[in-house]
Amino acid sequence: MENSIEHLRNIARSIRIWVIKSLAEAGSGHLGGSLGLADVFTMLYFNVLKHDSQNPAWPGRDRFILSIGHVAPVFYSTLAHAGYFPLEELLTLRKLGSRLQGHPGKEHGLPGIELSAGSLGQGLSVSVGLSLGFRLDGLDNKVYCLLGDGELQEGSVWEAAMAAGHYHLNHLIAIVDRNGLQIDGSTEKVMRLEPLRQKWEAFGWEVTECDGNNMEELSFIFGKLAQGSSKPQVVIAKTVMGKGVSAIEGDYRWHGKAPTRAEAERFIEEILNI
Amino acid sequence: MNHFQLKGLKATRTGFGEGVLEGSRKNNNVVVIGADITASVGLDGFAKAFPERFFSMGIAEQNAMGVAAGFALEGKIPVFATYAVFSALRAADQLRISVCYNNLHVVIGGAHAGISVGPDGATHQALEDLAYVRALPNITVFSPCDATQACKATLSALFEIKGPVYIRSGREAVPDFTPSTLEFIPGKTQVFNEGTDLSIIATGHLVWPAIEASKILSSQGISARVINLHTIKPIDEETIIRAARETGCILTAEEHQLHGGMGSAVAEVVVKNYPVPMEMIGIDDSFGESGQPDELMKKFGLTAENIALNAAHLLKRKNN
Repeated sequence: MENSIEHLRNIARSIRIWVIKSLAEAGSGHLGGSLGLADVFTMLYFNVLKHDSQNPAWPGRDRFILSIGHVAPVFYSTLAHAGYFPLEELLTLRKLGSRLQGHPGKEHGLPGIELSAGSLGQGLSVSVGLSLGFRLDGLDNKVYCLLGDGELQEGSVWEAAMAAGHYHLNHLIAIVDRNGLQIDGSTEKVMRLEPLRQKWEAFGWEVTECDGNNMEELSFIFGKLAQGSSKPQVVIAKTVMGKGVSAIEGDYRWHGKAPTRAEAERFIEEILNI
Repeated sequence: MNHFQLKGLKATRTGFGEGVLEGSRKNNNVVVIGADITASVGLDGFAKAFPERFFSMGIAEQNAMGVAAGFALEGKIPVFATYAVFSALRAADQLRISVCYNNLHVVIGGAHAGISVGPDGATHQALEDLAYVRALPNITVFSPCDATQACKATLSALFEIKGPVYIRSGREAVPDFTPSTLEFIPGKTQVFNEGTDLSIIATGHLVWPAIEASKILSSQGISARVINLHTIKPIDEETIIRAARETGCILTAEEHQLHGGMGSAVAEVVVKNYPVPMEMIGIDDSFGESGQPDELMKKFGLTAENIALNAAHLLKRKNN
């Protein structure tokens, strides 16, 4: 699935708009991280992952494990744009009876969810198990796992990182959303993560750092990853929380907040005019 | 009365390991995830026989539980076993979300459960595991009464149950008495001794002492029904209600905290359906300690004699 950079940018724009719409309708949820990750999600679902929205259970698909479950809004918006379900359903986010749970919950039947998750620190372990399972079956499906940077403070992430390095899981790709912010403020103030590259390297991973809001750079980086490695690979994607809406960019107070309807209109207008 | 032939002493963890090995010979989708104490939980036989399906994760139980979930997503039948304090409790959140919320077929072994772990002391004696795991949606919880049954329960967990299964086992060699012909039906308790005056519902290591207690009581002219509650969840309401109705009082016995354990589970059924006087034997809100297993069982009242004593007391309550 090859798409031009301009086309990808347009998709990312629409994904952002629907993130804002769905959150305004829900009245709660995580806007900042969702906007920051729109470009990474667009790249994954429209240029990188092998998947089929009309056949979500296709065994040959790559697996995308969302460990950082609270960015569900951008995940859902991306799945809808990729054809897994109608865009209008995004407006049911977080409502009683909706398939779009606050954090992804498979049992509610939304197509495209591989794992119910959202309790931080668990997705990478599941990804390790999946990768080992594929290897045991002689399959080369790739497993992509998206983690938040604050999430890396969970010790279990490093247990999983150690296991992936130990088993040389070269079909496992972790992506870290490095926006530098968490609920209480800067990650470096709340609990220092740096030197992050060296930490992953010490655990046996190949590390790439990039601008996670630059579509050209993302395209180049994921193209390079596809060439393979003998180690598990991690992309530390530097993103801006709230990207696309100047009023909230880089403001940690927007980590877990939804816009009012009036704010949503202003935010969407800005994105449309970029 | 059923007259069981005592076959010898054998640990339920050994029965668990034998079940895994037997199941693995039948189905090559079975994989085992180890957490450094492979032999201790009876899985060294598997590790030797099927090294390509054995995955060591080190002393990192939270990760191991998640890895098991990942294998299950890929259609494998993962077994993750370690001491119950670590599988049920340290990896509690991974068990809750990655395994149970996703309703994945993962077989979790909780070995070294109970006070009979002995000299290692409180840190390694799981007395709260049942209270936690039985509160989780989707999970099946087995607590087999001897090694023979542990093996059968494990095979059932591997091939009959579709979602998560927790199997509790103990460290100490205990009476192995159930005949190999005795069928294990998940969720269906076994009445080991028909009786009319009271019912003793026991699980795990306490089933044999319960049978012994029924003999003591019989010599006193008391007819005790003995029920082996090998499946804590889903619980066999029918048999429990029948016991309440037909014998008029129930005594439970388990190697677990009284708070939230098997006795509590039985009480939940009794109070909702057919309230009768109950007494519960178990650990009464304290940690364990070091000592020889039999010394500890005696100190904490987990013996046939104490079961018989409590039964007599319960009968008085019933008759008043």
